[in-house]
Amino acid sequence: MKSLGNVRRSYAPWEDPEAKPYIRFDKITKRFGDFIAIQDLSLDVYEREFFSLLGPSGCGKTTLLRMLAGFEEPTSGEIYLDGQPLKGVPPYKRPVNMMFQSYALFPHMSVEANVAFGLRQEGMARADIKERVEQMLKLVKLERFAKRKPHQLSGGQRQRVALARSVAKRPKLLLLDEPLGALDKKLREETQFELMDLQQELGLTFIIVTHDQDEAMTMSDRIAVMDAGVVSQIGTPAEVYEAPNSRYVADFIGSVNLFEGTVAGTANGTVRLAGPDGFDIEVADDRDFATGSQVALAIRPEKITLSRHRPESGNAASGEAWEIAYMGDVTNYIVKLDGGKMVRASTLNRQRSVDNPIGYDEQIWISFAPDGGSLLDE
Amino acid sequence: MGNAFRRITIFIPYFWLLVFFLLPFLIVFRISLSILEYGSPPYVPQFDLSAGWSGFWDNLRLLNFENYQFLATDALYRNAYISSLTIAFFSTLMTLAIGFPLAYGMARASEGLRPILLMLVILPFWTSFLIRVYAWIGILKPEGLLNQLLLWLGVIDAPLTILNTNTAVYIGIVYSYLPFMVLPIYATLEKLDYALIEAAQDLGCTALAAFWKVTLRLSVPGIAAGCLLVFIPAVGEFVIPDLLGGSRTLMIGKVLWTEFFNNGDWTISSALAMVLLTVLVVPIVLFQNAQAKATERQK
Amino acid sequence: MSGRWTRFNITSVVLGFAFLYLPIVLLVIFSFNESRLVTVWAGFSTKWYRELFNNQGLINAAWVTLRVAFLSASIATVLGTLAALALVRYTRFNGRTLFTGMVYAPLVMPEVITGLSLLLLFVAIGFDRGFWTVTLAHITFSLCFVAVVVQSRLVNFDMSLEEAAQDLGCPPFQAFYKITLPVILPAVLSGWMLAFTLSLDDLVIASFNSGPGATTLPMKIYSQVRLGVTPEINAVCTILIGIVAIGVLIAAVANKRRAVRRRRDEQTAFDEFA
Repeated sequence: MKSLGNVRRSYAPWEDPEAKPYIRFDKITKRFGDFIAIQDLSLDVYEREFFSLLGPSGCGKTTLLRMLAGFEEPTSGEIYLDGQPLKGVPPYKRPVNMMFQSYALFPHMSVEANVAFGLRQEGMARADIKERVEQMLKLVKLERFAKRKPHQLSGGQRQRVALARSVAKRPKLLLLDEPLGALDKKLREETQFELMDLQQELGLTFIIVTHDQDEAMTMSDRIAVMDAGVVSQIGTPAEVYEAPNSRYVADFIGSVNLFEGTVAGTANGTVRLAGPDGFDIEVADDRDFATGSQVALAIRPEKITLSRHRPESGNAASGEAWEIAYMGDVTNYIVKLDGGKMVRASTLNRQRSVDNPIGYDEQIWISFAPDGGSLLDE
Repeated sequence: MGNAFRRITIFIPYFWLLVFFLLPFLIVFRISLSILEYGSPPYVPQFDLSAGWSGFWDNLRLLNFENYQFLATDALYRNAYISSLTIAFFSTLMTLAIGFPLAYGMARASEGLRPILLMLVILPFWTSFLIRVYAWIGILKPEGLLNQLLLWLGVIDAPLTILNTNTAVYIGIVYSYLPFMVLPIYATLEKLDYALIEAAQDLGCTALAAFWKVTLRLSVPGIAAGCLLVFIPAVGEFVIPDLLGGSRTLMIGKVLWTEFFNNGDWTISSALAMVLLTVLVVPIVLFQNAQAKATERQK
Repeated sequence: MSGRWTRFNITSVVLGFAFLYLPIVLLVIFSFNESRLVTVWAGFSTKWYRELFNNQGLINAAWVTLRVAFLSASIATVLGTLAALALVRYTRFNGRTLFTGMVYAPLVMPEVITGLSLLLLFVAIGFDRGFWTVTLAHITFSLCFVAVVVQSRLVNFDMSLEEAAQDLGCPPFQAFYKITLPVILPAVLSGWMLAFTLSLDDLVIASFNSGPGATTLPMKIYSQVRLGVTPEINAVCTILIGIVAIGVLIAAVANKRRAVRRRRDEQTAFDEFA
């Protein structure tokens, strides 16, 4: 079986037409004065899904999250949670909890009191609260810090307290607003896996807002890529990476080369592009494009092969090695094609030493397979 | 936040200020257009709540501009305004001349020392204004400490007359309002990144030029706030000219006080207050804008 | 800002503080003077302090002042905190410009105008002048100072704290008093202290609005000062200065200790983590 990416998934309710969504955004529009933050957005999230809202700042992702938590009301449209409309339900009555970007730990309360806050509010019995708090602190490995105040904790520890506090009430849905944004790179990578484990262990639905594509790719079942108040694409990490549906998505996630061209003809699942940037390209795509229409081929740098001689098959063009950056795990090249276009390519450094590596200004060939990229018509 | 909470939060202080701040001004304005009459209270026409709206309109029809005409013709009042503005202006300049180097010195002190210096500037602000003015009487009197010192040093042969002159008023204002000048200037200077001055010097400025082109320019908001905080209340100052100034020291606050307490003339006092307010409207609006901007910046 | 502390800087700081403090120090010293002549030193004595305690008029005035100050500071703190909340949180409501103006204007309004205008209000509505009129007047002008102090703390308050409380099941008003109020409490308390000292200190507004039986300490001091400088007044002033100095010092030391402890805690957290 051929599949995008190299992960086989057992959990994919979005592919099941019978599955009922746990959260449904139904034609949501949100205006702040004249500014339209969200425009006619519809989106389904399923139970136990790890769902990411990914986009640059100001794209409306946080607004969407805050509407779900109840801090903003949609201007029009309706949000359903487990089939129930949420309109008019104040935040303190929604069975949803949120982890704030700033963590929003109550500075005048100990770690323990912070975690217990929601439970006390709920009127849980004292003994049960104690037990639950201990359990939660154990979950985030902060048992020893129960009596500390937030300012006595490191950034990573605060993040865990915020997490423990937001899951203490056992919400079925947890909203996370840039949960790892304030951590440094190394800690962020460690914590990503911890968040995933926690989600599995508690069987929760997670909706996470992030502007970091690596974070979204690592953790999510599905990603919604947002742009200026609308969803550009929803899909698994592999789908949005390998088969972006627009230039915006292709460009936002990872780096990409775009070859603009005109469709010269389609036949047997192959689309021929005439002369984009000086050479002809064949692309494996069974869609039917009208001859003469303008499209672009998006192709990732690692799908491009470099060689000193023209390869026998596949699409190829010649150029010169313009820039070479050795990154350790990979080496990135910028190749200047004969027609003048700059193309990014990267190769994995599988050996410690290479005989006769490509050097600056060397004449080389770039090539890629017909199914190496995807065609974009918008 | 809930709507009820929002309404309470806005309404209560708003209502309070309308009743106890804005309404009184309207009344002052109205009374400044009334006629002095010996009685209690000493002006006509009076508000008659029992007459209802028609009484209110009758009342409005009886406006009288005599008080303002009187203010305009009597040189005493005109001179008092001019002299108040002059004294306030020059004492603001003097306060700046002393306050800026002080604030600048504080801002350049070591990080550990700064909070202590700051507290030392704030401390006098917490002690009674009246006491601080009073303290100068003992110093400036003809047989006071300053004259004793100067005589002892041999600088002068006979005691100087300082108390009950305008000089004493200047000293009093500069002294009393110095913290108001130092605090905003210090606040802007303290936040100023020293790297900016180093950058200016790196780019070829002498220390003096860097001070002039960077430090001074960037502390303009603080200087402006400080000057307004000194100038506005100084114009209407009463305690200082009354205790330190002489019989020839004319300041509008003192004139107003005398008209009210000694002459019992409520209508002319009201007119004086209205004119004083008009004079101060521009600086007060400037001050409010500066405040609003400072708050915005904090956000 | 920092950089080298030049001789010029040191000189201006030293002279500036000498100017600020010398008069007060002299006043305190001469309150212990044996002689009735305030400016000629005749030996140490505490007799002027002893005489104070026999001066019933002065003691009554002090008592009135303290009551006015306590009451007006407390009410002004509540109103001023509400005003600060309105200013910081609600950027849009009818008449916000007027409201902002009314909060900031009293900060610089000449006292003679505030005093006169309030008096005329009380006369117009037929409110007898006395303890309550002074208190109302003090509430009005000190609430604006409280509003400014609390406001400067509130602008830095992270609204997501209150949202987090609501998210965890707290209705808005509860979220305010369980979370926001404790966090901004230091600012509210310093607002109260400021309102208290402003009331304690005020002469002009109190003179306009006071009536029989409600003579405040500043009014009493003022009427005696007009008659000349006396050691008794020096003694009263010294006591007032002492009270304020002790209060401010306690607050400063408490603040300092809290800051030190906080820094140490943060250091511990960092070390353990590293």
